[in-house]
Amino acid sequence: MRRPRSDDPPAPAPAPAPAPEPAPDPSAGCGADPAQAHVSRELPHDRPLICCAFDPTGRFVFAGSEDLTVRRWDLEAESPSAVPFAGHESWVFDLACSPDGATLLSVGGDGRLIWWCASANEPSPCRTIQAHEGWARSVAISPDGSLAASAGNDRTVKLWSMADGSLVHCLSEGHDKPIYAVAFHPNGRSLISADLQGRIIDWDASCGEQRRRFDASALYSYNAGQQVDYGGVRDLAFSPDGDRLACGGLVNGSNPLGAVNDTAVLLFDWEKRTEPALLKGKGDLKGVAWGVRFHPDGFLAVASGGSGGGHLLFYHPGETEEFHRFSLPNTARGLDLHPDGLHLATAHHDGKLRITLMRPQPE
Amino acid sequence: MRCSYSCRSIEHVLSRRSFLGGLAAGFGAAAGFAGRPMGALAADLQRGGYQILMIYLAGGSSQLETWDPKPGTATGGPFRAIETSVPGVRISELLPKTAQQMHHLSLFRGLNTSEDDHGKGHYLMHTGRRQAPGVEHPHLGSLAARFLAPERDPLPGYIHITPGGGGFSGKDAAFLGPKYGALTLGNGNPPVNADRPGSIGEAEDLARHQLRMRLDRRFDTRRRTAETEAYTATYDQALQLMERRDVFDVTKEPTRDQDRYGSHDLGRHCLLARRLLEAGATFVKVTHSNYDTHNENFDFHLEQVGEFDVSFSALIADLAERGMLDRTLVIVNSEFGRTPNINQYYGRDHWSKAWSVALAGAGIKRGSVVGATNENGTEVVDGEAHGEALFHTYLRAIGIDPVIDEFSVNGRAFQIADPAFYPIEDLLA
Repeated sequence: MRRPRSDDPPAPAPAPAPAPEPAPDPSAGCGADPAQAHVSRELPHDRPLICCAFDPTGRFVFAGSEDLTVRRWDLEAESPSAVPFAGHESWVFDLACSPDGATLLSVGGDGRLIWWCASANEPSPCRTIQAHEGWARSVAISPDGSLAASAGNDRTVKLWSMADGSLVHCLSEGHDKPIYAVAFHPNGRSLISADLQGRIIDWDASCGEQRRRFDASALYSYNAGQQVDYGGVRDLAFSPDGDRLACGGLVNGSNPLGAVNDTAVLLFDWEKRTEPALLKGKGDLKGVAWGVRFHPDGFLAVASGGSGGGHLLFYHPGETEEFHRFSLPNTARGLDLHPDGLHLATAHHDGKLRITLMRPQPE
Repeated sequence: MRCSYSCRSIEHVLSRRSFLGGLAAGFGAAAGFAGRPMGALAADLQRGGYQILMIYLAGGSSQLETWDPKPGTATGGPFRAIETSVPGVRISELLPKTAQQMHHLSLFRGLNTSEDDHGKGHYLMHTGRRQAPGVEHPHLGSLAARFLAPERDPLPGYIHITPGGGGFSGKDAAFLGPKYGALTLGNGNPPVNADRPGSIGEAEDLARHQLRMRLDRRFDTRRRTAETEAYTATYDQALQLMERRDVFDVTKEPTRDQDRYGSHDLGRHCLLARRLLEAGATFVKVTHSNYDTHNENFDFHLEQVGEFDVSFSALIADLAERGMLDRTLVIVNSEFGRTPNINQYYGRDHWSKAWSVALAGAGIKRGSVVGATNENGTEVVDGEAHGEALFHTYLRAIGIDPVIDEFSVNGRAFQIADPAFYPIEDLLA
């Protein structure tokens, strides 16, 4: 492991991308109304989807699939095809777009971290790194676009240079169980990793030192009867100003092998270190919070999937009960928020990428 | 039904008639086949010194995440296939250490048991019979205890190492009689009360046993039953066990081996199995839980198969290196496999139409694969056989011909395996 040096030979650069449109200002009020949520588009694929991400320009939406590919749909097209990005030898578990929208990163069960030109007509890997032993489960890009973070079953977090793909830090002392999620704080200085046992570590992204830990073990359980570890932090999201950290997962895993558990989110105050708030679905909604995203207007959107079906749950700041639930036609597995603040993407087992618009339906 | 593996020999045909007509002796003499009466059979088997190790993957392990991977297909899941020590044979990447022992193993990928219920699948895979109301058949462990174990074996003939509680149960023995039941070592712990209570001196202990034996003998002269026999045998065996209680203490094994087998329960249990087999135990079953992964199949198999790979590969390597594999039949089975279809919870459900088991050791070909499934694993396309046939195969591998050898309990003949089936000849050495 070493930092890149200025006299290093230049690494092959990713394929050039067309100049992206400027990203909409996420702080601007956009008039989203979750109570009016409805599915405005269904983008089909013929195999189950796992995760999804909008590009920051808002033109494309991507999904990782069980067919070992990433799929891209052009939201400006009337009937977009699911353009394949082939380069993984296993399922694609997570995606991240660079802030300028030019580069897409994907990680998968083959342990690979792949750089893609997000808008390429015939996408092929620009750079492939065997990043982890076993599954690479999560990837994130720093707000300034200079660093990528990946994590996986090998219990390590790795920081990579976005420019040349070199390894900047390997953070191997911290997690005892597979790491499920990584995220950068909006200030860019903190990198967060979270694992199966609910251990959350705040790393100094510049030097790789641990700053502090958060305890999300409420999302984890060991079932002695079935002899399995279960739960963990399935997704992470910071509020836009970085004062809150949401951790999606599950509680009450009474039958892990039978998918009997309740959707749950732990909400941490980033500065105050108070006990986290536990957000659940009304009526002990059965499922897993596979995706969490803060909206610039302050509310939290949660994608729930499992034996209770697929749902979008919405929570106001400071409240632990959902203020609205929008039920989806199929179990949800991943979530992202469009830069316009009006659309949510959800990845589904039935192969559809659904776009939910938080505005009234047209007459 | 006759499966395609049956050898169709004249012996089998004649024997089938003999079973049906009760004319075994006459036909045997006329045709000169090798059917052995009980006395001769028992002597043969004990000379053979056969032992059996069963690793039972409870809940229904996925064939696609173990022995019959289908990477890159709609049913394949996220794991890849890897090469093994046998060129051309690929198994799941979750088994990298086992892959290096493949030359000792045989895989059977053509199993169709048509039984998706846990209890009935468990019964079939342990007795070789379909479960039916009012009928109980002995488990393989009890048959081994009855027919393979030496008459005065100081160890129980059927030892089961499993998570959870321990104790002795005669239930698996069915009509063989309770003394051929299972001694269960819960959590791999030695039988309880294996030490003489500290408050009782050696002489006092001997005196109370002598008193018990006198009373037993007096009772037996007029009221001997299978239950009283089991009662007496259990006491006798308990005394011998107390003498040899170190056999159950896996901490006596070298630290290096404890590390090699893994620090988890299965590692401890497999090392204990090796220790027991080395001490002469006839039948040892190790249960590993839990594979019933309707939800998050891949995460759970990653965890469970990962443990299995470490412990099982170490055990197979040791049995081979110590020369024990020639006399020990090794069976890795489950109650069924798991669906090729991946459900909405990333799970796989029960699937008995096309799944796999692994075998090794006594009487089994090495480094071979028998049977095949189609491209996405939904059905058997070559060499299909049923659970009953697999049971015949186990017996043949340890020197019992279930078709022609004779078995009786208390003078009543019985068929040790379902007479409608035959062994899978291609698996046999």
